[in-house]
Amino acid sequence: MEWTLIPVIRSLDTIGPSMLLCSLLPCSGETILGLRESLKWATDCLTGVDSSVAVSSGGELFLRFISLTSLEHQDLSRCKKVMEERGELFLEKISLSRTKVAKLCHTFIKDGAKILTHSSSRVVLRVLEKAAAEKKRFTVYVTESQPDTAGKQMADALRRLNVPVTVVLDAAVGYVLEKVDLVIVGAEGVVESGGIINKIGTYQMAVCSKAHNKPFYVVAESFKFVRLYPLNQQDVPDRFKYKADTLRTVSDLSEEHPMIDYTPPSLITLLFTDLGVLTPSAVSDELIKLYL
Amino acid sequence: RDSSVNVVQLLLARLDNGVVWLHSDGPEKKYEIRRAKNDGKELTKEEKQRLRKEKKQQKKQKDEKGTSERAKEKKHVAPSQPVATQPPTQKAHTVLPASAPIPVPASGAPSHSSPAPSPADKPAKSRAELKAERRARQEADRASKQQSCSSSSKTKAPPSELNPVVKRLPEHVQVDDPAVVKRLAKKLERQQIPLRSDYGYKVSLFSHLHQYSRKAPLTQQLSIPSTVIHPSIVRLGLQYSQGIVVGSNARSVALLHAFKQVIRDYTTPPNEELARDLVNKLKPYISFLNQCRPLSASMGNAIKYIKKEISNIPSQFKEEEAKTKLLTCIDRYINENVVLAAKAISKYAIEKISDGDVILVYGCSSLVNHILCEAYDKSRKFRVIIVDSRPRLEGREALRRLVKQGISCTYVLISALSYVLPEVSKVFLGAHALLANGYVMSRVGTSQIALVARTFNVPVLVCCETYKFCERVQTDSFVSNELDDPDDLMVTRKGKTQLENWHDVSSLGLLNLVYDVTPPDFVDLVITDLGMIPCTSVPVVLRVKNLDHSMPVWMLERGFRHKVSPCLILHAMLHRL
Repeated sequence: MEWTLIPVIRSLDTIGPSMLLCSLLPCSGETILGLRESLKWATDCLTGVDSSVAVSSGGELFLRFISLTSLEHQDLSRCKKVMEERGELFLEKISLSRTKVAKLCHTFIKDGAKILTHSSSRVVLRVLEKAAAEKKRFTVYVTESQPDTAGKQMADALRRLNVPVTVVLDAAVGYVLEKVDLVIVGAEGVVESGGIINKIGTYQMAVCSKAHNKPFYVVAESFKFVRLYPLNQQDVPDRFKYKADTLRTVSDLSEEHPMIDYTPPSLITLLFTDLGVLTPSAVSDELIKLYL
Repeated sequence: RDSSVNVVQLLLARLDNGVVWLHSDGPEKKYEIRRAKNDGKELTKEEKQRLRKEKKQQKKQKDEKGTSERAKEKKHVAPSQPVATQPPTQKAHTVLPASAPIPVPASGAPSHSSPAPSPADKPAKSRAELKAERRARQEADRASKQQSCSSSSKTKAPPSELNPVVKRLPEHVQVDDPAVVKRLAKKLERQQIPLRSDYGYKVSLFSHLHQYSRKAPLTQQLSIPSTVIHPSIVRLGLQYSQGIVVGSNARSVALLHAFKQVIRDYTTPPNEELARDLVNKLKPYISFLNQCRPLSASMGNAIKYIKKEISNIPSQFKEEEAKTKLLTCIDRYINENVVLAAKAISKYAIEKISDGDVILVYGCSSLVNHILCEAYDKSRKFRVIIVDSRPRLEGREALRRLVKQGISCTYVLISALSYVLPEVSKVFLGAHALLANGYVMSRVGTSQIALVARTFNVPVLVCCETYKFCERVQTDSFVSNELDDPDDLMVTRKGKTQLENWHDVSSLGLLNLVYDVTPPDFVDLVITDLGMIPCTSVPVVLRVKNLDHSMPVWMLERGFRHKVSPCLILHAMLHRL
């Protein structure tokens, strides 16, 4: 089976998970089933390279999206054309989703607010950009977020926006919380229960903010909704917890440190998505309603 | 006087439709007659309804106004009454209500001489058209009624699909209200079903519920052989009241099997339609079963389904066809909602069972036992702790079943719960019903388990099929519950029964509750045949289910093949953008 991989790239920055969405143009003599198989194969390749939740969910979504259409045309090339068009549409939509989320969320940042965020998230960055563009004054505390110190990059980006920012240790979250007004974090995946999967340290932050009665907001695009329902930290599948090469090379995973953790819905105040502002219980409602 | 004016107006309104034709001769006469008959059939049913309502209103007005008015009304009511009594016997046409209703029976008779055609001979007017006509007539009547009665005291508009139906409290939770009890007694008398009497002193908080004794089953008050109630229903009632058939699934399935037998033995009486008569036949059976043991939510949903299926039987069907259709419907309902649902739920639940798990279960839930056996067959390594409680000691049955499979089990009583919980990794609970506000109604003791598990941070999973979801809302276990036989609480140890003479102690009450409700905060996950949902999403499922009745199978197929929710989000995204 010959095919050419034409990457329609959504690999935005090198920070964090990059979304590689490929459009396959199989050459000849394919059936619809064959097309799906090859698309699935490509998705598996991608997840094999970068095993983050977002890549996995985004890849699956892309696959489902372009095939969820009436592919009943007799001519296979017409079907392929339809699929390509839908692929373009998909990419267009997700590039707009971040702007939508920013538009919804920036109103919750009041003038003079002190915000706490965790590690580096492009969605949160976009939200803060929008708030700054609206001439709001706020200060940001970013956790350093070991082991990859991603927080420092977030701080650099914010400094470029002329936002006063302080980098704090992960251990200092409880200390800093009494000073902040709200906590905003991104998400690598939003699960069916309304909870989120994000960089390790998010759960701690959520527990502390609940104890201090500070609102805990999550910003995420809708393609991050993943078909998982973890009951606790152990229930999150290993393929999300560790990097792909770790999974391949290391034999005993209990020695490895997980990269992500699960925050249950009871600790989250609101989720900002491009489907709107949702409470955690509404996430599941949306999913069920959409079955129709 | 107002109401009688309405009756006349009603009858006059009919004049437009049916009257003149019977006078015309010619080839269309037969068609016209049939058409008139058809209208007449519809009319008589409506008229019956309306006249019943008029009577009700009149009764109210009688109480309010006084005897003089009563006399006046009686005069007006009298002519309409013979019309009312005619239809049940004649089954035809008051089609010709000229201004005086009295000539109707006379003119009705000759057209009735041509024997009532079987429903198949009706003209090809579809049911929908007839409904539309009826509705149009109702609207017209309502408009005329509003014009005539200026000060209406409690005229209720005929329940249309637009007005929200006012739900009344069911009678079985209003036992301390004598008016309700009287009404119930009258209803049972009409249906010729004996009334079961309460037993023993009831704790005051629960005095609004029935409390029966198992030693006095309802069947003792029936004559043998019972002419009113079908024998399989009698047997079923006895099985319920003696506790031979227990468990939500078991009771519903037994009910449906008994109804299948009833349908098999049913023959349509002459001049009746299967769709209407069978539903009426089932009503006394349901009252009887209710008296034997209050109906469960799953049974209620099953009965609703059957009634809907029966009334949707097209009138063209012959009796045999209709009966086979009903039997297949029931079989399909059981298959979809109990058997296939159990398979689907096991599939989801097995994902949540990992090797090395210690699973806690409470009592005997057929669904949870099924899941554990399936998981064991799929070679998951886990062990089970079975928690049990008096007086039912249902956990022993669960223990028996699981040990037979080969699963290693531990058995404790509920008082040892906080002792075992530190070593438990998950709790699996069954449910009797899931309420619309997300509360879980289950065997008494379940909420205790959920509460303690929550404090130990142990995840609680509830497994429930979607046909047990019910529209009720309840926030506490008092308002609607079931009281079991208080004598069950007596126990004989070393030859002595301490509570033997509890009746003699006037201030002593024994309380044997059957159900309790668990708030959704204590439940982490609900596994249904539609998938894994949080407890708060139950109303969404109910809403979605009401739109499409055969939803579960469709969902099952989708769920198994695609596991697709995220793509549909994008679908929605597209639509919204």
